[in-house]
Parts: sequence; structure tokens; C-alpha cells
Amino acid sequence: MKLTTEDLKDIARGAAFLGTGGGGDPYIGRMLATSAVEEFGPPDLISVDELADDANVYTIAMLGAPTVIIEKSACGDDVDLALSRLEKYTGKKADAVIPIEIGGVNSLIPIMAAARNGLPLVDADGMGRAFPEIQMVTFNVYGVSCTPLAVTDEHLNSLVVDTGTAKRAEDLVRVCSVDMGCSVMLSSYPMTGKQVKETAVTGTMTLALEIGRAIAEGRRQGDPTAALLAALRKTPYYNQCKVLFDGKVQDLRRETTGGFAVGHCVLAALDGSDRSMEVTFQNEHLVAKEDGQVRAIVPDLICMIDRETAEPVPVEALKYGQRIKVLGVSAPPIMRTPESLAVFGPQAFGLNEPFQPVESL
Amino acid sequence: MRIGIDVGGTNTDAVLIQDKQVVRSCKRPTTKDVSSGIKAALSEVLSGQRENIDSLQAVMIGTTHFTNAFVERRSLLPVGILRIALPAARGTPPMVDWPKDLRSCIGDACHQVRGGYQYDGRINAELDEEAVRRAAADFNARHIRTLAVSSVFSPINAEMEQRASEILKEEMGDAVLTLSHTIGRIGLLERENAAIMNASLADLSATVVDSFRSALKELNLDVPFYISQNDGTLMSADFVEQYPVLTFASGPTNSMRGAALLSQMKNALVADIGGTTTDFGILSQGFPRESSIAVDVGGVRTNFRMPDILAMGLGGGSVVREEAGKVTIGPTSVGYRLTEEAMVFGGKTLTTTDIAVAAGYADIGDKDRVAGLDPTFVEACVQKIHAMITEGVDRMKSSAEPVPVILVGGGAVLVSRDIPGTSEVIIPEESGVANAIGASIAQIGGETDRVFSYEELGRDAALASAKQEAKERAIAAGALRDTLEVVDIEELPMAYIPGGSVRIKVKVAGQLFAQ
Repeated sequence: MKLTTEDLKDIARGAAFLGTGGGGDPYIGRMLATSAVEEFGPPDLISVDELADDANVYTIAMLGAPTVIIEKSACGDDVDLALSRLEKYTGKKADAVIPIEIGGVNSLIPIMAAARNGLPLVDADGMGRAFPEIQMVTFNVYGVSCTPLAVTDEHLNSLVVDTGTAKRAEDLVRVCSVDMGCSVMLSSYPMTGKQVKETAVTGTMTLALEIGRAIAEGRRQGDPTAALLAALRKTPYYNQCKVLFDGKVQDLRRETTGGFAVGHCVLAALDGSDRSMEVTFQNEHLVAKEDGQVRAIVPDLICMIDRETAEPVPVEALKYGQRIKVLGVSAPPIMRTPESLAVFGPQAFGLNEPFQPVESL
Repeated sequence: MRIGIDVGGTNTDAVLIQDKQVVRSCKRPTTKDVSSGIKAALSEVLSGQRENIDSLQAVMIGTTHFTNAFVERRSLLPVGILRIALPAARGTPPMVDWPKDLRSCIGDACHQVRGGYQYDGRINAELDEEAVRRAAADFNARHIRTLAVSSVFSPINAEMEQRASEILKEEMGDAVLTLSHTIGRIGLLERENAAIMNASLADLSATVVDSFRSALKELNLDVPFYISQNDGTLMSADFVEQYPVLTFASGPTNSMRGAALLSQMKNALVADIGGTTTDFGILSQGFPRESSIAVDVGGVRTNFRMPDILAMGLGGGSVVREEAGKVTIGPTSVGYRLTEEAMVFGGKTLTTTDIAVAAGYADIGDKDRVAGLDPTFVEACVQKIHAMITEGVDRMKSSAEPVPVILVGGGAVLVSRDIPGTSEVIIPEESGVANAIGASIAQIGGETDRVFSYEELGRDAALASAKQEAKERAIAAGALRDTLEVVDIEELPMAYIPGGSVRIKVKVAGQLFAQ
């Protein structure tokens, strides 16, 4: 299947939903991908089954501050260089690229890379949503090495990082990215087709596309939230989904600790009852509690949408009085195993509550 | 004493204001040349006031002329675009997301050259001055006279945009220049879009401002005149000639500011009920609450300071129907044809105005023509109208606390009952000319929007420095120092990067004259 510039609009909206409040505004990613598709032609989206077991697959992503990328976006050569530096280091030409993260801006960067380099794009990713750090990836959980990885900037400076653990790589890359201007390109997790099949969250580019289409179609028919839920219920993994709360933002508290914006959003019910929900976020939404009871918790997806239009609402756009539906969506089984929870479960974000599947709450 | 004028698509309204009171007001049709409509309105409000003319301090004009021109693609010039960003941002070229018909108005004279800054003001790449000269040669060859110049992180450091403009002037003589840092904030594409839009309006703005000037001159009004901008503050006429784009959202802003003055309230909800829609907005400290999302103008994404407006399809001309026992109102409206199509005017279409007359709380047209309507049905319609207003109020409110609501616009007659969730409903006199009144409020603003490091400076020093910058800008624009007030402060921690970097936005406003 070829991804057209029309598809990119739906993917961007779906990616904003899967960003669960964070991941950066996909708008700029859509512009980058649109320009690349217009210049180089639409890339092929392939399923993991179409991938040869010995194919060489690399992730490609942008890392840094979303506030910076809206001002200083990529040049294109930096994306190509990240891939070619990694190819040179591993001695293996890329056969395909794969998103590391389907939520937010990083769902679109691999489309740009695939179009520019004439490579197929794998319909899968390593997060199934958005997470803040590069070790929080299923590839890492199931034994793929994050490194060697290549980091580049628009001046075509590059670094290759080789570390023992993905967490160490994250720490080093994060520090470098600040000096390089807070928006860098990153190609990491070099792996084989077989490894992709064993460790990736599959079908997520199609998922983003379908979510975006369902919202757009639902608006034409009058009930975008219902259309969105219906689309999710048809998917193999994200099918346990529900509206956790229908309310309006009553309080918003933000603080910055250790470089992460931690915040709490309190919503009051719109049905006249005195129910309230508190959603805690750290770039992405982590836990949603109704009157103190957990209703959904990371890695399950907590997504806020505009209650009329179902437009995904990112954390930075939250404001007093906004009317919001909070959705809880099941993360795929591969993300709910004890191994996965150790890397991106509640405790990895400093929460005390244990993980419980959204469908049981 | 001052005069406020609102030049709309249909009417030109004028008000004469003294000590915050409306002395006279009038409505005249907007004319094609703009100037004669203004003269007609001015002559009317000034008639019998000749002895007071010496105390006239200023004339303030609000206009939707430039917005309409851009949306309708009228009188737009081809623009030469210079972006100083390479090697960054090549992946998102200028006008990447513009509608095709607009792109063809603007043309493809676009040059990207090396230069720009980092988020913290460090140089990202030195300015390639030779490339700027080559771009100028190309613009000259294409006979382009109006230019938009953008640079990466120019809101944080504007030097390269300024240096490039010097070079362009050397090479191109009297070309009209729009530098992106002067009109926009962080977000390169959106700021650049605004600069391009602005540049494309260069001819029209010169013509329109000139027609304002000549109208005043012909009436021998030798006073300064100002034009109101998006956030409700004023710009001098010379400034508007350079930055017409800054008037893009002044319409709804003026109506809300006018409502504030008429009701003497600084914090309230405003519902502007027109013929087709009701616009709900929030007044906070006398200024409209701003929208936090990107706003499209004529299909182009911008990040202007736009008021946060909720538009609902309810107005004095909204069509009323009954389907399967349920009342529906709008969104279709008879609009300006109300006086022909509404039943009270002898027409055949049932409108909300007819309902208000039938229910006995409005006296418009011939009430006998709606006497035959079923009272139960009329009551159901009245309830529906009030339910719609109630919903709009509730959706815009920022807390559960009851808020005062100010109703303005010709459709305010539709409301006769209490609105749940409000502390009071105020319908000021003269609310039909709220826009002109809003334009007459003399305040001058200033704004900062940039990134500070809390780790280096500490929060207090960073905030103080941001406020100082905003104040200096307001003073440069003509505000009296002692009257400056901070209207809004926003702190946005930068996500995903360590180091305590915070983007601070500060807005201040002050008086233009001593009161």
C-alpha cells in the first residue's frame, strides 16, 4: 500500500490520539512527510509478514523538544545521514525503516525517511503509543540492542553511540541533543526482520490511519467519538476501550522535575453529579483516577479528546473550562507482560499503583 | 473626547465618546472607496459638536477590510520570500501547507539562505549575506516590490532578519519589507505565513490607510488616528500601513472590548448575537481570552493572538422549524434579508425574531402577522433559544462559579429570561455599535515570548526580565509608563529537555493618554 499525502492527514490525527497527551504535535511531522512525499513520491507501507527474516530494519525518529521543532524543523539530509551513518557502522544496508514510536511527531518522521530513501516502511512500532525515553520500547524489552545508534543534526554533525544498556544510551543522547540545539535525528535499534516480527507492536501505522479516518468520518456523520470507539473495537489489540469520563477541566497544576513536565488535570463531571477525575501526566498521561480509584494506568492508553469534535487534545493545549472526554484504551498484550511493565509500567514512572488492565477497572 | 469607527463589510459605525460615555452614535453603509462611508459616519456623530472639536484627542478605527480581502483573495500582491534558516528547516519549505489558489496569488519567488539561531539565542549558522544579495537580484528581475523575511528563532534574536533587511534595501531600494519577528511568535511556519500574508496586503493597506487619512483631512480633523489590532490594543496608522495582518481578528475583539466598556465590567462572558451566529467569548481583565490553538485564516495556519471564540448558529435571522415534534433553530439564517423574509415583515420564513415578537418580548415589525402561532409551540421555541445560549455560556465558562453575561449585537432581543449559570445578564444600551466603541478604547500593548533558563536565572529574575521587555515594547509603541499593567503571564516548561528551560509569554497594556 502506498501512503498518499491525503493519508498523512489521517495518520497525523491518529498519531496525536496515540500520543496520549504527549509525543509532540504531529503537524510539523506531517509537513515534513508531505514535502518528502511530494518531492520523492509516496512510500510503500508493508506488513511485518512481508519482511524477510534477514532484512535489515532501522528505526528513525526525532529527539528533543517539541517547542524547538516547531521553529527549527529537520532539513532532510539529517534524516538520511542518521540512517547512512548507522548503515556504515553496522556494515548493513537498510532494507526498511520502522517507527520507534507511533504516538506524536515520530510517527511521521519515518514516512519522510522512507520516501526520501526509497525504502519501504514497516507497519509496526516499538511503543504502540508515545513514551518519553528511548529505552521504553518493546524492542529493548525483548532483547534487541538499542545501540549502535546514530544521532545527527542539521549541520550534518553526527555521533555514533554504543553502550551496554538502552537507558545509558538515552542518558548520553539526551545530553548531546541539548548541545546540538534540542532537535536531533536518531536512528537506533538496528535489527533483523525476524526480530521485528518477534518484538514489535504490529499494525500500528494502519491503526493511526484508521483512527484518523474514523474521527473524520464520524464528524461527517455526527458522532465522532462513537465512530472512534467503533474503529478501535475492530482492532486486534486496542479493542478494550471506553469513555472513562465526560467532563470539563477544573484545575490544572504543572511542575517541572528532572526535565519532565509533571502535571495534574482535574475534571468535573458534566452530568450534574459531583464525580471528578484526576489525570496525572508526565509529558504523556500516566494514570486516570476517579474519586481516588484508578480507572486506567500506563501502559494502557489514556487519551483526551474534545467532547464535540473528538480532536485529540495534547497536554500543552489543556486549559480551564475545556470540555473533554477521557478515553481508556487497552495496550497490546506484548506491552502488558511483566518484562514490559518493568520497563514502561507504572513503577518506571514512579507511580505506586500496580498495573491493572483497563478492561478490569 | 474621542471617536471610534468600525468599518465592517456592510456598515460603517461611528461613536463619539466622552469620559467613557457614548455621546452620539450612528450607522452608515460601508462604501466601496471606504473613505466616503467614514466621512458620512463622522459628519453625523460630529454634527452639533463643532464647539467640542478642539477637545477631540484621537480617532480610532477598527476594520475587517484586510481579513476579508485575504479570505476572498482580493488585491493580493506577489511576494518575494526570504527564509534565513539553512541548513535547518529545509524539510518544511515556505507555504508548504497553503491552498493552491493562494499560492498562485503569491507566486514562487522563494529563497532559503543560511543563517538563524538556536532556541537559546546562540547562532545556529552565520548569515549568508551573498545569498541574500542573490535573492535580491532575483526579486528585482521578477519586479517584486514586497518581501517577507523570516529567520529561525527570530523572536529570540532578530539581528539576522534586520541585517538581511538592510541588504535587501541596499539592493532593491524602496521595496516594502515584512520581518517575521515583528508580527509573530515561536513557530517558524506560522510566523512566516503571517509575514507572507502581511506582505501580500502591502498595496491594499497603503490604499485603505490613505482613505482613512483623507476622510479625516477632508473633515479638517487634525488629530492622530489609530487602528485596533487583534488583541484589542491600538496601533498608529503608519504602523498598520506596515502591518495590516495585525488587524485580522480585531472584529470580535472590538465587540468584546466594547461590551466591557458599556457594562463597566472587566471580567465577564460576552455573547455577541448577530443575524446568523452568536459569538461567545470571555473577558479577562478587560481583554478577550486568547485561543490556545492554531487559527486558520483563509486556509492558512497562523499563530496570531486571536480571541477564543465559540460560534453557535443562533442569530436574529435563524430559521425556526418543527420536525417530528422537535423544535430546531438554525444554523441556516435569512441573514440581511430579515426585513424581507421574516414573518413580522410580511415574509414567509419563520425566524427567531418572529418568535421573540410572538412571545411578546420584542417589538419589531408587525406583531399581528405572528398572532396565529400556537402559544405552546412559541413557548417551546423560546425555551430552545434560551437553552442554546445557556449551553454556549456553559461551554465557555472557566469555572462552575456563576459569571455575569453581557449581551451585545442586534440579536440580543432574543433573550428575555435568566440564563442558568450566570450571576446577571446585562444588555447595555448602544450595544449595536459595540465594535466601534471597542475600537475607541485607547490602550497600547506590548508582548514578549521567549525561552528563559530557570536554572541560570531563577524564576523571579526571568519573570521580571520578561515583564520589563514587554513594558519597553509598549512604551515604544506609545503607552504611558505609569499606566502599564500586566494583562497576562504564561509559563510553559519545555518538555523532554533537561535544564529548566521555560517559555514565558507576557502581555502588558497601558493608556495612550493621561486620563
